[in-house]
Amino acid sequence: MKLIKAIVKPFKLDDVREALVAAGVEGLTVSEVKGYGRQRGHTEIYRGAEYQVNFLPKVQLEAVVEDSAVGKAVEAIKAAAATGKIGDGKIFVLDVEEAIRIRTGETGPAAL
Amino acid sequence: MTKSKLQRLAALGSAPLLAALMAGPALAQAAAPAAPKIDSGDTAWMLTSSVLVLMMTVPGLALFYAGMVRKKNILATLAQSFGATALITVLWMVIGYSIAFTDGGANNALIGGVKYLLLGPMGLNATSPLAATIPESVYMFFQMTFAIITPALIAGALADRMKFSAFLAFMGAWLLLVYCPIAHWVWGGGWLGKAGALDFAGGTVVHLNAGTAGLVAALMLGRRKGFGTENMAPHNLAYSVIGASLLWVGWFGFNAGSAVTSGAQAGMAAAATQIATAGASLAWMVAEWIVARKPSVLGMISGAVAGLVAITPASGFVNPADALLIGIAAGVVCYLSAVHVKHIFKYDDALDAWGVHGVGGALGALLTGVFASNAVNSASKGWLHDGNLHQMVLQLEDIGATFAYCAVVTFVILLAIKSTIGLRVSEEVEIEGLDLNLHGEVVQA
Repeated sequence: MKLIKAIVKPFKLDDVREALVAAGVEGLTVSEVKGYGRQRGHTEIYRGAEYQVNFLPKVQLEAVVEDSAVGKAVEAIKAAAATGKIGDGKIFVLDVEEAIRIRTGETGPAAL
Repeated sequence: MTKSKLQRLAALGSAPLLAALMAGPALAQAAAPAAPKIDSGDTAWMLTSSVLVLMMTVPGLALFYAGMVRKKNILATLAQSFGATALITVLWMVIGYSIAFTDGGANNALIGGVKYLLLGPMGLNATSPLAATIPESVYMFFQMTFAIITPALIAGALADRMKFSAFLAFMGAWLLLVYCPIAHWVWGGGWLGKAGALDFAGGTVVHLNAGTAGLVAALMLGRRKGFGTENMAPHNLAYSVIGASLLWVGWFGFNAGSAVTSGAQAGMAAAATQIATAGASLAWMVAEWIVARKPSVLGMISGAVAGLVAITPASGFVNPADALLIGIAAGVVCYLSAVHVKHIFKYDDALDAWGVHGVGGALGALLTGVFASNAVNSASKGWLHDGNLHQMVLQLEDIGATFAYCAVVTFVILLAIKSTIGLRVSEEVEIEGLDLNLHGEVVQA
């Protein structure tokens, strides 16, 4: 099992969710986050005074999928979240040791 | 406020009164030959103008400034406009109107008289020789609203760091020692007006004056803590847009009201005002679009205010085409002064009282000399249309006298406050915010 963690532009959340559903991903956790990457945020200018705004609002999605489904899910996020402009975000894939469904006690891929 | 501070405030307020009393007894005026006829149309328009100009300060200027500061100082910024409005109203009633707009006898070239202490002689049917067709109560009220907004404009330069007690003391002293004399010089029968300097609604008396005081105050207070390193982005520019819009609308009371009648002169001043403002807003927007690649909302409203400022001295003297030129010039020049010059010299005129009002007021006063037209106003003869180059000398004299007198006296007032109450809040208060520390309140969410 793998944890797919994607940080995307907030306005792309619905597109990404629909793409993941279409790719067969069953569950999703979303949080509002702030951060920056290589561009280090953006610049605002007020009457000539420039301010660097480092932390920009983003949305972070987390989904755990079976190893075989990782490629399809990552592709789905990549396609749906892309605008081609700076700040589209990142996708991370991490190993997951165990998954447990609390209600039934099922474990492993059956719990996903 | 402690008792000793109150005493100091009272002492500051009474100083010019004593000075005026010592300057010599007001000469009795010759009895008016016939009672001037009060015109109901003029009176209606001047009542309207007075409340329009009041609206410029509260809530117009208050919101314009409050939107540009950081969230922790919004209430303190609103309190400055509101507090100044209340304080100046009372001081104007006590003695301000008297020394600015009544006859000063032997000293009339420099300062008005003191007979109107507490508005004593202003009876129900009184009229002022300066405004014969409206009740004096209306003229006094109209001029009061100018006296309110002028010092309140200075607050833009002191944002985020001045003690409220020091601010009020400054407002009171500045009104009586700077605004009242200069208003008298130009409009109240004093030397500049007599010489022929043209200032229809306050390019020098109001805007250059307030801007100069702002520059001196910004230099004396020093920069805000974190200036140039911390993020000082405006908290809510939507407030500023509302404020600037109220200023724009209210300005028709300011400029068209300065005709002190409701006839053709007021109409032409209103047209010139609207045209110049639009031209300046577009000019600032385009200049910024070219230089900074984006037409900012703050730029559009700043440009409009710059245009309003610059057309102020000219509004009753120029034709519409020249008003447009004045507006365009103001938009570009004030853009350069507020956005670029300030950052070259690194003084912290936080909300650009000098960059917009000082520079725009001086530019407008100068261009008034260039474009004033005898065909528009029989009281004026300008350079371009009437070949009167001497008008430029008078305008420069007006600008120079206002700047020099204001700068010196403002400096002295602030020095006196600095050595008594102190000008600036502590570093801790400045970091934590003025709202909580000075007023015990905060804006939620």
